[in-house]
Amino acid sequence: MAGSREARTALPPSLATNPCLGDWLRVLPGGVVEVRSGKVELGQGVLTALAQVAAEELDVDVARVRMIAAVTGISPDEGPTAGSLSIQHSGAALRVACAEARAIYLGAAAGRWDMPVGALTVQDGTIAAPDGRTTSYWELADDRLLDRPATGLAEPKAVPDYRIVGTSVPRVDLPDKLAPRPRFVHDMALDGMLYGRVIRPPSRGATLLDVRAEPARALPGAVTVVRDGSFLAVVAEREEVALRAADLLRADAKWQEEPTLPDEDDLPAFLTSAPAETRVLAESAPPAGAAPAPAARSHEATYHRPYLAHAAMGPSTATALASTAPAGGEAGVRLEVWTHSQGVYPLRRELARALKLTEDQVRVRHVEGAGCYGHNAADDAAMDAALLALAVPGRPVQVVWSRADELGWEPYGPAAVVRVAADVDARGDVLSWQHEIWGNGHVTRPGFGRSVGLLAASHRDGGEPIEPAAEPPLERGGGAGRNAVPGYTFPAYRVVNHRLSVMPLRTSSLRSLGGFVNVFAIESFMDELAAAAGRDPVEYRLAQLADPRGRAVIEAVARRSGWADWSPAASSRSAGHGIGYARYKNSSAYCAVVAEVEAVTEVRVRRLTIAVDAGLVINPDGAENQVEGGAIQATSWTLKERVRFDRLTVTSDTWDSYPILRFSEVPAVEVELLPGHENPPLGVGETAQGPTAAAIGNALCDALGIRVRTLPLTEQQILAAMPD
Amino acid sequence: MPDTDPMRVTVLVNGQREEVRTERDTALLYVLRNHLGLTGTRFGCGLGLCGACLVLIDGRPAYSCDTPMWAVEDRDVTTVEGLGVSGRPHPAAQAIIDGQAAQCGYCISGVVISAAGLLAVNDDPSEDEVRAALDRNLCRCGAQNRIVRAVLAAASSLRASRDSG
Repeated sequence: MAGSREARTALPPSLATNPCLGDWLRVLPGGVVEVRSGKVELGQGVLTALAQVAAEELDVDVARVRMIAAVTGISPDEGPTAGSLSIQHSGAALRVACAEARAIYLGAAAGRWDMPVGALTVQDGTIAAPDGRTTSYWELADDRLLDRPATGLAEPKAVPDYRIVGTSVPRVDLPDKLAPRPRFVHDMALDGMLYGRVIRPPSRGATLLDVRAEPARALPGAVTVVRDGSFLAVVAEREEVALRAADLLRADAKWQEEPTLPDEDDLPAFLTSAPAETRVLAESAPPAGAAPAPAARSHEATYHRPYLAHAAMGPSTATALASTAPAGGEAGVRLEVWTHSQGVYPLRRELARALKLTEDQVRVRHVEGAGCYGHNAADDAAMDAALLALAVPGRPVQVVWSRADELGWEPYGPAAVVRVAADVDARGDVLSWQHEIWGNGHVTRPGFGRSVGLLAASHRDGGEPIEPAAEPPLERGGGAGRNAVPGYTFPAYRVVNHRLSVMPLRTSSLRSLGGFVNVFAIESFMDELAAAAGRDPVEYRLAQLADPRGRAVIEAVARRSGWADWSPAASSRSAGHGIGYARYKNSSAYCAVVAEVEAVTEVRVRRLTIAVDAGLVINPDGAENQVEGGAIQATSWTLKERVRFDRLTVTSDTWDSYPILRFSEVPAVEVELLPGHENPPLGVGETAQGPTAAAIGNALCDALGIRVRTLPLTEQQILAAMPD
Repeated sequence: MPDTDPMRVTVLVNGQREEVRTERDTALLYVLRNHLGLTGTRFGCGLGLCGACLVLIDGRPAYSCDTPMWAVEDRDVTTVEGLGVSGRPHPAAQAIIDGQAAQCGYCISGVVISAAGLLAVNDDPSEDEVRAALDRNLCRCGAQNRIVRAVLAAASSLRASRDSG
């Protein structure tokens, strides 16, 4: 028995923070294992993957594992579900916790039979002794057995012994979603539930002067109008009444407006001139004493991405219930919130702070929402619902955002300018590299800043504006600086970030953060350097890439896409192909993409071929689905998307003004997962974003001979990039 | 005889005559979701631009988010809940499960409705015809190619069951 060797597995960070085994799992007499993770289902299939990890270590059928949605006070606190870290964090914790739970239950059986643990076997939860006696987890089920801290004494399985991890177990949530059975937070129907709508200001700098609430209040079924500073909302018995009342209030409100937004048509000029905090994020010089190779040539180019919206299909939604004030008054209020937030604990802390409650007074429960792809308005909707619930204690209130508010008020992925410069030697290989970024930070998640990071809090009387987004340290993946450090073997490099200290449009984390524009810039520039040196883009990259896993994905994608033999004549006149590569966060999954595009009146991506090395893959089909989905979303960002605004407010507030890729525009996508070679698992949800954009830009240049450095790659930008 | 109660609205949903109390200009979507508890039909945009709210009206896909109740009186409304046969999901829904052709699944009811509308009139669609029929549906997760393959698989299973029946 592994545990008897007293070899201790170091506790993974999530388990060290939440050491009680019973917080992670519970064996039920009915033949079910309840597993609790602090990570939440965002449509990425994480609950299925975590169920596989638990089932593997426990030796039970995966169908016996019941994943419990995160809820404060009960589930382990694992922060937000973000950064493609769920398998690394929660998976690692569950692996050790479940291995230990298995050992404890085996110990209980061994004690009962008075025989050594090492003689016992487990199959689907049934424990067998060599003499034929059997018992099971279910028969022995006792919560007290797991009411103890993890020790790390039970050794988890070795990878070659895996039977469940590494197989494509079907998603646990899809049958409900297709039946369909209510599963989304939008589908909740609590007894006596009321419907709330918030009337957002007509523009970013608007303050509410006055509102005539009587017409809205007089509607049959209207319950109350809530006003707090510039926060204006209505609660009604029926959703259709809430909508009508909101329309009336919108018409009957007087706002003072002022222009606060920069000129969208000259956005790069704003980004590079606005007040900013400048920091060198990373720097590497050749070893002292080494004679610097003489530079044969210098190159420089500047790239730009616009603000991008998460643009979830389902608008942000939450339901909240405030208990009727007991004898203790406000101090005794209990608030329950159902939300699709990425982090129930961070949201609870922020709600408590904003509402001047203690954390014990607030319970936050995760219920699935539409895919969010980062920090969207989910937390804001939870705050809206909390404010309205406090206005009508005893009745649950559901708040659903409008499409216009979802596209117009969510925190965007920030616009940025990236300037890359390089000195190269006579062959064109890079001698020194400069990467400079201008733009807002990528994190205004709840709890991240000094001000409360919830939209409604900033609109309330005395509310503080949400402070400009922060830059997490590079060791933790960075924000604007994510993937800004070149992954190639350049002898010298320098990465500088100008984080804006003003934030005209709220920005926060969108899938891959700065990795999207940084990889677009780096990999576009690599092609520009290769072209200047007359070298093949694949050869040029491989010549300056030492990491064998990085080389392997590039070689794999080149092989699979037929890079060497590709010719545009085979498809069409104005077709081209291009490559993009990155290791996400410089520490996560490796990804190389080859795009084939056709540019006639508009850019069409015909095909994406993708190779990924994510180490050990828990669920291959799920991983492929994530990579393919990420690549298709990145194609949409690259070809079509741009948040539009005038000096007052965001104007791209419908699917007409914020178009995304449609079925008939989606490219064929092939994903190849390279063998894991027993490397630890790495998240795959964000790895394709940057490489896809770069591959498309490079393919467009191959097709037209025009280097377009401004996203999205629309006809307008192509025309603007044409030489005079 | 004219109905004297302006708040009494009737509608035929999934073969059942339903009577609800709401204003006559209320969108069908809210009646389905809140009054009748048919939450498979989803709010996405309220403008008929994303397809999350699709239902079949007299057999053809229609946006329930901007269809007022007065427009569906005496019409036959089928929601995604009403598509299945004897407790089994519609072949398109089953093919989506079989092909793991969804990520968050928020758009998927509308997709199933579009697919059902297409397969009812064309049980041997080409891939381009499937994509064209699904162009009224938006999917943000990037599951489109899997969905298209699932609809083609559903078409083929429908043809097989017809040929064997």
